[in-house]
Amino acid sequence: MTDETMLEEDGHSGGVVKKFLYVNRRAPYGSIYALESLEVVLIGAAFEQDVSLLFLDDGVFQLKKGQDTAMTDMKNFSPTYRALEMYDVEKLYADRESIEQRGLTEDDLIVPVEVLSRDEIKDLMAQQDVVLSF
Amino acid sequence: MKFSVLVNEGPYQHEASDSAYHFTKAALEKGHEIFRVFFYHDGVNNGTRLATPPQDDRNITQRWSALAEQHNLDLVVCVAAAQRRGIIDADEMKRHGKDANNIAPGFRISGLGQLIEAGIQADRLITFGD
Repeated sequence: MTDETMLEEDGHSGGVVKKFLYVNRRAPYGSIYALESLEVVLIGAAFEQDVSLLFLDDGVFQLKKGQDTAMTDMKNFSPTYRALEMYDVEKLYADRESIEQRGLTEDDLIVPVEVLSRDEIKDLMAQQDVVLSF
Repeated sequence: MKFSVLVNEGPYQHEASDSAYHFTKAALEKGHEIFRVFFYHDGVNNGTRLATPPQDDRNITQRWSALAEQHNLDLVVCVAAAQRRGIIDADEMKRHGKDANNIAPGFRISGLGQLIEAGIQADRLITFGD
């Protein structure tokens, strides 16, 4: 992420503020989507847009406490979710059904989230200008 | 309408790059504006000029390059995703001490901020590939 940040100019949006929703649907490991989604969120934070993150389906596993990747030689990037607050990314949502189906509770999550029903998620998505799904 | 296009899958293995190309071409032909096409994840593999598909198959990269030349289209490959996957231009080659580069004509390598900007500037951002 450092290379990227070095190359990146300061965010400039010409004063336009849009509602961006990042939908995270995949497990943290097994594919690169979760990690590269997080990279977009961090870079995007410089643009001072109205950002929300939604964790859906296996995406709720991204927030699971106690991730240990030592045996798989993968980078454990889960601490980064705790740093999102410093980037003013504060609106984190998770799908209730997805959490429950996977035998998780809010206490299992590494950061506080607002747990939403499917109906509430529908409304959240409808409010957005840009939806990026990873 | 002003569109931005996000391509998240590599060429050939999935049809997403083809669909993105056909969408972009059709939109331009209908008089719409394409603000930018941004390549992320394995989508960055659309930008290698070294791919050599069989003669009787479409050449996805050359097709993008031709469309870019014809319409002055902005084709941007994400630098972080590209570095991981070995998509490299002359500057990156020098910066990382590599012995070659492979970026195709009409493509440029830049940062993820270009994707955010594409979302801000366009009326609609259309994603291809899941």
